Amino acid sequence: MILMLAALDPLLDNVDGAVVLIVLLKVVVSFFVLLISVMAMVWFERKVVADMQNRIGPNLAGPFGILQTLADGIKLFFKEDLLPRNADPLAFRLAPYLSLIPAFTVFVVIPFGGDFSGDNTGVVNWFGRDTLAQVADPHVGVLFFLAMSSIAVYGVMLAGWSSGSKYPLLGSVRATAQMISYEAALGLSLLSVLLTSGSLSTNTIVDTQSGWNWNLWVTGIVPFVIFLIAATAELNRPPFDLVEAEQELVGGFHTEYSSLRFALFFLAEFMNTITMSAVIVTLFLGGPNGPMFGPDWVRMFLPTIWFLAKLLVLLFVFVWFRSTLPRLRYDQLMDLGWKLLIPLSLGWFILLAVTNVADGAGWNPVVAGVITLAILGVAGITLRTAMRTAAVRRAAGEVAH
Amino acid sequence: MGYLGGFAVTLKKYLHRTETGRVVTREYLGGQGGDEDQKRPKPERAHGRHVLNRYEDGMEKCIGCELCAGVCPARCIYVRGADNDPEAPTAPGERFGFIYEINYLRCIHCDLCVEACPTEAITETKLFEFSFTNRADAIYTKDELLVGDDGKPQQLPWEDWRDGEDLMTSGWMRATAPSGDANFEGIIAWSAELGYGVRAPEGGQALEAAEMAAAEAARSAEHDDPDDHGGHH
Repeated sequence: MILMLAALDPLLDNVDGAVVLIVLLKVVVSFFVLLISVMAMVWFERKVVADMQNRIGPNLAGPFGILQTLADGIKLFFKEDLLPRNADPLAFRLAPYLSLIPAFTVFVVIPFGGDFSGDNTGVVNWFGRDTLAQVADPHVGVLFFLAMSSIAVYGVMLAGWSSGSKYPLLGSVRATAQMISYEAALGLSLLSVLLTSGSLSTNTIVDTQSGWNWNLWVTGIVPFVIFLIAATAELNRPPFDLVEAEQELVGGFHTEYSSLRFALFFLAEFMNTITMSAVIVTLFLGGPNGPMFGPDWVRMFLPTIWFLAKLLVLLFVFVWFRSTLPRLRYDQLMDLGWKLLIPLSLGWFILLAVTNVADGAGWNPVVAGVITLAILGVAGITLRTAMRTAAVRRAAGEVAH
Repeated sequence: MGYLGGFAVTLKKYLHRTETGRVVTREYLGGQGGDEDQKRPKPERAHGRHVLNRYEDGMEKCIGCELCAGVCPARCIYVRGADNDPEAPTAPGERFGFIYEINYLRCIHCDLCVEACPTEAITETKLFEFSFTNRADAIYTKDELLVGDDGKPQQLPWEDWRDGEDLMTSGWMRATAPSGDANFEGIIAWSAELGYGVRAPEGGQALEAAEMAAAEAARSAEHDDPDDHGGHH
């Protein structure tokens, strides 16, 4: 047990009171930073969307309306907490927490600082102790992220089911199907990263990207794009927000929720956006990697600044998606997920695997790549033909829809 | 550009907002804000709360005929007439409006009362920001509706007015041919308003339509010019 812990973090080599305090500090600080950043994110999203739509956005609560989220939160806090008559009380009360807690816990494995340049492995020295600038670095960091995002599905599913009302049920059925479908594309594009980095530990993944070897271009842009799309779907953000689809489903899975429970869902949604962006930064954009310069005290903060800058860019991209793209229809969503993203990410993964093996075995990379591409091309054409044939037969009424 | 064209549009909007550099929404804080808190100019025929008018000599125009109450589809007007005191008449003629109440919880601002009124006693202002907080305030009595001695509407404590908003407050009236004068056929004329004098007659919709058609014809004639390839069509 001690051996296992020791490998996780240099801090845990010999545990004493100070170490426990440092770990506690990390947990508490990241908890509150995350909470506050959610507030900022809600404000940021509303402001940016307003700018893109020639509106002003919140501007009354505090300077530039930055306290708007706080005002909304206080309002929600004082609202009546309703429990619908047909609701399943236990599941209804449990669901918001199932949404919120995974959103929090994913952030645990995100390295948000630490010098990775040269031979450094992101170890920082805080209060005279060596540690990593992340709450925990389990060997299965990426699997932990996938597990948590799978649990988050339960929050949405149970919320819809336990409400005992038809619109939430429809919303949660959609959500479950959508999140499970896109989890596949998400996982497959993630495999490309794991193949390149050769580790499930987020710290090692970031470390292998040091020196501008960002997975974004090392894996070839495709996995990043697929991951970004699948992540948007996984987050139920526009244009994949069929789960909420105000025009059809009232409020979707959270129609029956009010007061603090609704606030928890709201919080979870935006926190998920932040943590998912952080995951993308870690996996594809080199995490806290970036040019290092200046005196020691600057070098201490630079990685965190790079991390935040990348995070901000991604958050902007998510908001940009929202204000640009109209919502997909349900069948379009499923078509995109199953017929395009999954085959594409799988094919790209095979291509990367082949070039990896060719590299190790000393084969001619060009020949190996061309042969793989040809095989994948044939497979792709076969798949397309199959889909065309099925569509034609469906149109002719030979098979049931 | 297909899917990506939209991203360019939103980004351009984000960076430049509109071509004029202004946002299309306006600040409206109900009088709490500073310079940015502006009301939009109201349309000429906006229907707001009513006023009961007077003649220049201070006599009330209302004769208590109850036509407004009869025509009101929302049944929000309650009028009772009474005989004038011959020594000190309230309104010219035999009768005057003794009780006049409008319930603004019911009023739909359709302006039918204004059209029904034979003496132009009741007109609608453009004031619509009167958010009362109890039912008693919602019922405007005759004292509250009647214009003051200066002939201008009275501001009640819960009404939000800005400078100059009481000017030209009277609602648009479909008055045709005053005194049956054929010269005023299709032209809106106004009776004198205490405090505001006499407003110039307006052409009305028929005349406006004719003017617009003429302007349109002039513009299209300009565009027939072969040298003009301006982008504004």
